[in-house]
Amino acid sequence: MTGAMAASLGAAFALLLAPGGAAAQQADEPGDPARGRAIVASRQAGLCLLCHAAPIAEERFQGNLAPDLAGAGKRWSEGELRLRMMDAAAFNPDTIMPSYARTEGFNRVAPALAGKPLLTPRQIEDVVAYLRTLQ
Amino acid sequence: MANEVLPVALLASVLALAGVLAASPSLSAERRSGYEDMGPAIQAMQRDDAQNPATLWVKEGELMWGTRTGRAQRSCADCHGEAERGMKGVAARYPAFDPALGKPLTLAQRINQCRTQRQRAEALAPESDGMLQLESFVALQSRGMPIVQQDPRLQTHRDRGEALFRQRLGQLNLSCAQCHDERAGLRLGGTPIPQGHPNGYPLYRLEWQAVGSLGRRLRNCMTGVRAAPYAVDAPEMTDLEIFLKWRARGMAMESPAVRP
Ligand code: HEC
Ligand code: HEC
Ligand code: HEC
Repeated sequence: MTGAMAASLGAAFALLLAPGGAAAQQADEPGDPARGRAIVASRQAGLCLLCHAAPIAEERFQGNLAPDLAGAGKRWSEGELRLRMMDAAAFNPDTIMPSYARTEGFNRVAPALAGKPLLTPRQIEDVVAYLRTLQ
Repeated sequence: MANEVLPVALLASVLALAGVLAASPSLSAERRSGYEDMGPAIQAMQRDDAQNPATLWVKEGELMWGTRTGRAQRSCADCHGEAERGMKGVAARYPAFDPALGKPLTLAQRINQCRTQRQRAEALAPESDGMLQLESFVALQSRGMPIVQQDPRLQTHRDRGEALFRQRLGQLNLSCAQCHDERAGLRLGGTPIPQGHPNGYPLYRLEWQAVGSLGRRLRNCMTGVRAAPYAVDAPEMTDLEIFLKWRARGMAMESPAVRP
């Protein structure tokens, strides 16, 4: 078993054990890559470019705290990408990548955002669909 | 005997030192003011008081320093004389412990204490223009002097401040340390992450188009990670400031600086 595979299996296991795990939160419609791209590019919605670079040329200010997203769809399966979005800490407990699905267990969340995830299950599917196009 | 003991003792102290350094990455790394991360045009603006917009605040503060006010009809100058002498080095060692109150006061709180108790005037609202003007004028008198933060009575506050610095915050679940200790020099979006030192405050920020306090900067970082910021006068803000000053001890004061 490769390291990546072991890690993603571990992550899947962790999510199954978590209340309201992956299966329960996943949207049923397939994601839309164009909408996903817009979410990744947006500083209000995805925030991805704060940390990552991505092949989104019109966004000039991209971060370098995390791997370039170019080629992410070649490196990771759909399931692995979904898990990463929902719980990057399952791959790396010290990660700085936020969970886009989590709604609790934070310190001092701004009141207007309390109980809300960073992205809806639907939006997460859109982002995953976009990441899969990054071959 | 001494020959045997000495190397062991040495080894122990070397290990202890290594432990201290490992526990405080900010200390082992070279410290770098936010000034170093700015472009040459903004650096020049800070270096030349005629170009530094904060000078407008300083001038107003200087006027306030000499103006008699309050029921006591006393000016700051009546008691403290020339600020160049009376206030020299003061900002470089704030927040400071107030023995009468048994707690630390920030420079702004200290100024308000003189306002209310000595001048018998109304307190200036925290972060009001008047407060930022007086604070900028007082802080200017420490420019170039090293930050001093070592009063043992502040130890528990500093420890609390450090715990806050290392605690993950907000919906993005990031700590100050994850950006300012572990990722300083990298780019968050297009912005270089500074080490996060307090040595320039109060300062003129181009984005604010105004002089603002250290507290305002910290609250910006807190809302940035989608956290509820602490209130202006919350003890947590003072504890964080005490830790930041200790972390920056020995660095030269730049107040009032300029930042993008
Ligand atoms: C605050 C920082 C941060 C944000 C915001 C962030 N990430 Fe990440 N991401 C990371 C880091 C750091 C890694 C590297 C692995 C780790 O430490 O978890 C990573 C890893 C990844 C990976 C695996 C990279 C690879 O190819 O090996 C993908 C895919 C990914 N992120 C996608 C996203 C997307 C999509 C978004 C926005 C919706 C996003 N990230 C937002 C920090 C972030
Ligand atoms: C996600 C990254 C991030 C986090 C988390 C963060 N900051 Fe910042 N901080 C920044 C960036 C980027 C800047 C520079 C902003 C600019 O110049 O536009 C900054 C600026 C600062 C400065 C001003 C430095 C100067 O030279 O003027 C201080 C002080 C500071 N932060 C302290 C903190 C504290 C304390 C916390 C935690 C409560 C914190 N920051 C959390 C990214 C962060
Ligand atoms: C009637 C006299 C009086 C007036 C007026 C007065 N002060 Fe003071 N101030 C003092 C005394 C006395 C102390 C020190 C005593 C103490 O520690 O309680 C002090 C302490 C201070 C300190 C702390 C100095 C240190 O070394 O820690 C600052 C800062 C300060 N004053 C600023 C001001 C400002 C600004 C004004 C005007 C808004 C002002 N003071 C007006 C009498 C005065």
